[in-house]
Amino acid sequence: MRSFNTQKQTRKPVNDFAVRRKVLLAFMLAGMALLVGRAFDLQVLNKQFLKQQGDMRHVSEVAVSAYRGMILDRNDEPLAISSPVESAWVNPMELVEVAPSDIKQVEQLLGLSEGKIAKLIIPGSKRQFVYVKRRINPDQADRVKKLNIKGVYFDREFKRYYPAGPISAQLVGFTNIDDIGQEGIELAYENLLKGVTGRKRVIRDGKRQIIADIEAIKAPVDGQNIKLSIDERIQYIAYRELQAGVIEHQANAGALVLLDAKTGEVLANVNYPSFNPNMPTGTPKGAFRNRGLTDLFEPGSTVKPFVIAAALQGGFIKESIKIETDGAYRVGRNVVKDIHNYGTMDLTQVLKKSSNVATSKVALTMPPKYFWGFYHRLGFGVSADLGFPGEAKGRLLDYQRWNNFAQATLSFGYGVNTSVLQLARAYTALADDGVLHSVSLLKRDEDTDAKRVFSSKTAKQIRSMLEHVVMQDGTAYLARVDGYRVAGKTGTVRKAGAGGYKEKKYLSVFVGMAPASNPRLVMAVMVDEPKAGKYYGGLVSGPVFSKVMAGALRVMGVAQDQLETMPLLLSNKTVQ
Amino acid sequence: MKTELRSEQLDPPSLIGDILRKLHIDVPLLAGLLMVTGLSFLVLYSASGQDIQVLVRQGARIGAAFVLMTVLAHINPYQFKRHSLLLYGIGVALLIAVLIMGEIGKGAQRWLDLGFFRFQPSEMLKITTPMMIAWYLSETALPPKWKQLGIAGLYILIPTLLIAKQPDLGTSILVASSGAAVIYFAGLSWKFIISVTIVMASLTPVLWHFMRDYQRDRVLTFLNPEADPMGRGYHIIQSKIAIGSGGLYGKGWQGSTQSQLDFLPESSTDFIFAVFAEEFGLIGCIVLLLIYLAIICRCLYIALQAQDTYCRLLAGSLSFTFFVYVFVNMGMVIGILPVVGVPLPLVSYGGTSMITLLAGFGILMSIHTHKKFLAS
Repeated sequence: MRSFNTQKQTRKPVNDFAVRRKVLLAFMLAGMALLVGRAFDLQVLNKQFLKQQGDMRHVSEVAVSAYRGMILDRNDEPLAISSPVESAWVNPMELVEVAPSDIKQVEQLLGLSEGKIAKLIIPGSKRQFVYVKRRINPDQADRVKKLNIKGVYFDREFKRYYPAGPISAQLVGFTNIDDIGQEGIELAYENLLKGVTGRKRVIRDGKRQIIADIEAIKAPVDGQNIKLSIDERIQYIAYRELQAGVIEHQANAGALVLLDAKTGEVLANVNYPSFNPNMPTGTPKGAFRNRGLTDLFEPGSTVKPFVIAAALQGGFIKESIKIETDGAYRVGRNVVKDIHNYGTMDLTQVLKKSSNVATSKVALTMPPKYFWGFYHRLGFGVSADLGFPGEAKGRLLDYQRWNNFAQATLSFGYGVNTSVLQLARAYTALADDGVLHSVSLLKRDEDTDAKRVFSSKTAKQIRSMLEHVVMQDGTAYLARVDGYRVAGKTGTVRKAGAGGYKEKKYLSVFVGMAPASNPRLVMAVMVDEPKAGKYYGGLVSGPVFSKVMAGALRVMGVAQDQLETMPLLLSNKTVQ
Repeated sequence: MKTELRSEQLDPPSLIGDILRKLHIDVPLLAGLLMVTGLSFLVLYSASGQDIQVLVRQGARIGAAFVLMTVLAHINPYQFKRHSLLLYGIGVALLIAVLIMGEIGKGAQRWLDLGFFRFQPSEMLKITTPMMIAWYLSETALPPKWKQLGIAGLYILIPTLLIAKQPDLGTSILVASSGAAVIYFAGLSWKFIISVTIVMASLTPVLWHFMRDYQRDRVLTFLNPEADPMGRGYHIIQSKIAIGSGGLYGKGWQGSTQSQLDFLPESSTDFIFAVFAEEFGLIGCIVLLLIYLAIICRCLYIALQAQDTYCRLLAGSLSFTFFVYVFVNMGMVIGILPVVGVPLPLVSYGGTSMITLLAGFGILMSIHTHKKFLAS
């Protein structure tokens, strides 16, 4: 066998090899000692710090979102509910490693335009959180989750749904994408509705997905439900009829408030034009406004019953008084006019024909302080304190600064500002036998803040006069409701603008109550600038009042009190 | 004739010992290897998230590697010596081929696809380079003269640079150190070693100049991982946290949170030592290092016992390369060396390094069990 060793190998390489082996071994032992030393450094000396760092990476605290409370109507029908949804977000830094075909698939499943996610991937960018689609339904999210693509994540959120849509839009309001109330009840009761976000400690994996809950640090407190005084059924009828009225008369807008005459609860509050609170973006700004609560106007003739009531209550006139009207009445340097010369009128005639001359004469029998005090106690210029965002207070001129003419014009509703709600509230004093009610958007059983402003006798006297307004020869025959006695008053108000009152621009108003024998409901309807020809309150707002009141009385199951027209109602029913 | 053999006197006769001797298997070395691979299965099961499939695949690779080891152990070391130049030549040729294919394919190319299996030529050089140097130097008088050292250095430099260009820094370091180890054992003068060490240290900035951007990043990251904790420093920081949170006794088998929860990247491959350290603690680390040390000592003993220069140089080199494997991997995982792609030998998941390592051990066993032929 041939030997590997050659003769050249003469310098005792074996001994040298042994030395070199020992040196190398020592070198390697030193290396291993270095490794052990470092391991000791990490695992013994720095253990606490590193362990803590490790826990920081996989144990973390996360927020547990609380359910936002529901907004319900008085019968527990939901007006706003939260349902769980998922929001998709991506970490662009992680997406760099994902195949373009996978990203395209995610885009398709999320219904995004092609490249929406892909264009977020910019090499070197430090962005780690971009929402790509918010509030998608959980099924859709699950389909994407199943793909298990790195860098695509989902967060649980809640989306607000408004089943009533535009019908209660201005009243209920809406939340923004972060679920914070922006308008209406959603804004007013934000603190009650939102609840308290909880916190829990969780274990996350390296992909930042939560894989286990360790403990709840603070349980979330779900938001409280808000039970409104609104009756969604009446709300629906009111919206439908107001919409029809505004469209028919080519008006700018309309607002309607319906109150419970006994409790002061707001049973309906609708506005037109409206919007879809489920998709509020793109709505014209004006449609967000709850005109009935936030907009002010001069109430016009609708305040006349209060002038008569004030004078009767104060004993300044007798119910049997006969008032001379000559179609015009000079007050100082100004003249108050009627549309016709009505001659001599009794009080019923004054309200039925809505004579400015007669009411001015009645108003001027009262001292300014008394007259002002009466208006003030009826709530003119005083906030109704609903707690609604942007709610109007109104304005009533101080009696020390008015002259006789100002007092006269106040008697037919100029020089005072009120909202539709405030006007309806004032009428509760007529409806509930002299007791003015506070108003509420929340359901309640009784009004603990009611106050008497005039006697029951005065209220009944005025009510009976107001019943004539909706009779055949009154100004608001169209406001009648078959089967029920209705009392009410029209108002046709010239709109004030820059440079004084405008020609041919009117607000058509009707305020009334039913059943007149013992009123249960008070309603005020205001239509802004009807342009289709008719503009008298009785002709424009009266029919809206009639239809909504008829529907509301039926929904509430209020007993009829006018037997003569009952068969008419029944025959209408059979025709339908 | 057989009774004269020293190896037989060292190993007590037994039935199993007899069979293993016939198989040319070195029992102490085999025992060490089995211990490490056994640990590997334990850690892999945990690091892969209790994935049996991973164990099955790794088992198949280890089985194939052990078969290759046994086959090589049967081959007479003379055959290795005789074919050293040829094998080295083939290796370098394949490296060039891979490089050219890489140029065409645009981008890093390490693999040669032979259809039925994929193969990294650079792995082959881990063994054929020390074979080549050992063959070349054993054919000359030792200690080698300057000219021979220069030529040997050139033989090392060619594959090292070709691999570094792939780029695969980890493998090129292993190839270079395997060649350097041969020269060292061949009798490189101490003066030279010391002066080269000094020169190399002072040339570090020059080396820096020739590095690729990503390699520089690695070095910078190594020096200051906290500078970019979510990016390039992530590996090292996560790995340090995993090791540190293991403590003295570890969190117990399958108790590692950092790797189980996917915080630790490459927890089954290059960074598996972090999982091991987190689960078995400092005690486990020391035990693992002791097993590695035992294997290295056995290899160096084989080298010492080798009866000709070629075998001795090759065995010494293979021992040292194994150490470099261990040291570079643990060093990078533990944060005292920059991150280069070197697996933890016999433990990391993956087939290529397993095959090469056990091939090396096969050659060592061949060297140790074929001495009887020399005795005649």
